[in-house]
Amino acid sequence: MSYGKPLPRLDTLNKPFWAAAHEGKFMLQFCEDCGDTRFPPGPVCPKCLSSKQSWKQASGRGTLESWVDFHRAYWDGFKGELPYRVCLVRLEEGPVVVSNLVDKTDNPRMGQPVRVVFENVTDEVTLPKFTVI
Amino acid sequence: MGHAPRGTGMEGRPSPVAIRPLNETGATGGNMSDLSKLKDKIAVIGVGNTKYGNFPEIDDYGLAAHAFRNAVEDCGIDKNKVDGMLVCRIPYYARMGEVLGLNPRWTMTLPGHGRMSGMGIIEAAAAIDAGLCDYAALMYANIGRSRRVNYGGDESPGTWDPWGFTSPGAAHAMMFRRHMELYGTTTRQLAEVSVAIRYHGSLNPDAVMRAPFSIDDHEAARFITAPLRLLDYCLINDGAVCLILTSKERAKDFKKPPVLISGFGGRETYAPSSIANFDMDFWYPAVSDAGRQAYEMAGVTRDDIDALMVYDNFSPTVLFSLEGLGFCPRGESGRFVEGGTLKLGDKLPVNTDGGHLSNSYMQGWALNVEAVRQLRGECGARQVPNCEVVQYVQSTPCTRSIIYTKG
Repeated sequence: MSYGKPLPRLDTLNKPFWAAAHEGKFMLQFCEDCGDTRFPPGPVCPKCLSSKQSWKQASGRGTLESWVDFHRAYWDGFKGELPYRVCLVRLEEGPVVVSNLVDKTDNPRMGQPVRVVFENVTDEVTLPKFTVI
Repeated sequence: MGHAPRGTGMEGRPSPVAIRPLNETGATGGNMSDLSKLKDKIAVIGVGNTKYGNFPEIDDYGLAAHAFRNAVEDCGIDKNKVDGMLVCRIPYYARMGEVLGLNPRWTMTLPGHGRMSGMGIIEAAAAIDAGLCDYAALMYANIGRSRRVNYGGDESPGTWDPWGFTSPGAAHAMMFRRHMELYGTTTRQLAEVSVAIRYHGSLNPDAVMRAPFSIDDHEAARFITAPLRLLDYCLINDGAVCLILTSKERAKDFKKPPVLISGFGGRETYAPSSIANFDMDFWYPAVSDAGRQAYEMAGVTRDDIDALMVYDNFSPTVLFSLEGLGFCPRGESGRFVEGGTLKLGDKLPVNTDGGHLSNSYMQGWALNVEAVRQLRGECGARQVPNCEVVQYVQSTPCTRSIIYTKG
């Protein structure tokens, strides 16, 4: 059966992130000059404008900042999973990322600790998701 | 009734900082001495709009032309005097000029993002003051209803699509959930926003949706992206709006008393733009800053505001705007709106035309027209008595506020 959900649009900036995710690593771009750390990646550092940007493996731990439940499918591939949960996680390293909370618990709480888990959605693509610790 | 989330999906990065001091970017606000020079110098002399609804037989240019003609009739200007043209969400400015037979000496085009109205009005005011044009016609057209725009999914590709996160409605749901967690705000309190604004829609004969709703109706509506429900989402409809601006001196020559632009302010929040239409702080720092600029420039306080026009793409932005402008303490907006605070006749009438929720989704433009009509006393059943000062605010990645007064 074909995968009916959107896949990441790979570009020169984000390719290292998705390659690492496929190997079970959650990576963040950082500035070699000032240490600013971020996701999604950018062509220069927004703090110091340096072009020297590299990737480092993140802890994969963070806290839950917010979450929502989609009751409408904007892509057909999500129709069978409604409602599905999307979360906002502040990583230990600072950046805030959007992902899915895999737990089906009714009552998450803001500030709850979470950690990354990896889900192979196609042969090539692995999505980092989060679970409550 | 054409409810659907809307969205733009732009790229950027998430903010790592929960509370950003404004001086982090090296900026602390507008230069008051410069802004004050524009106080009361520019007037709105004409306003016009189309009917609002579903018009598959007419295109963007046709809608804008109807709105322009109505604004021209409203003020009685010779249309060939219009020497400045600003178009928003209209595909090609030159075709617009051709349609209207205009060859202005100042043209500006703005994209169809829900934050351009405040920006466009301020830009036009500055252009008139600078002498770039004498009479500026600002036109906005939206054909999202007949084109079945969804404001999410593949229409507006974004970084977070693989996780199913799309649409600005979902971004506002994410913010409102945070507000609930941080401050204990409830969905019944949020319902007060929709109930008040949709009540105003019931008083406006031109509104797309005229049915009033109760808090229980709100709570019974289906979820779109929980915690937001159908009645928290704005309309999607077709229509167009036009405003004609000139200097205060020239404004005396026209049919109706001019409405003055007395104050304005702005502040962007460009991170995180990868999460479109989202801010971890509910745009509080930006709204506070833009509001302060506008109040200081106009020389009024929030106690002077007779009616407030709030960009209400989704009901939570009204709560965020009330806090940012200081109508209530931070985190207190849920309690502030309880019991009908935002209804006509109560403490702070908000979106007296029914706003985006019930009147028309004209992305802020129609709210500015409503501000003008309230100050002229043209609003019939929804007229705010003794209306002298009206404020517009858009709490978005490009936050703007404008204060209008009687000329």
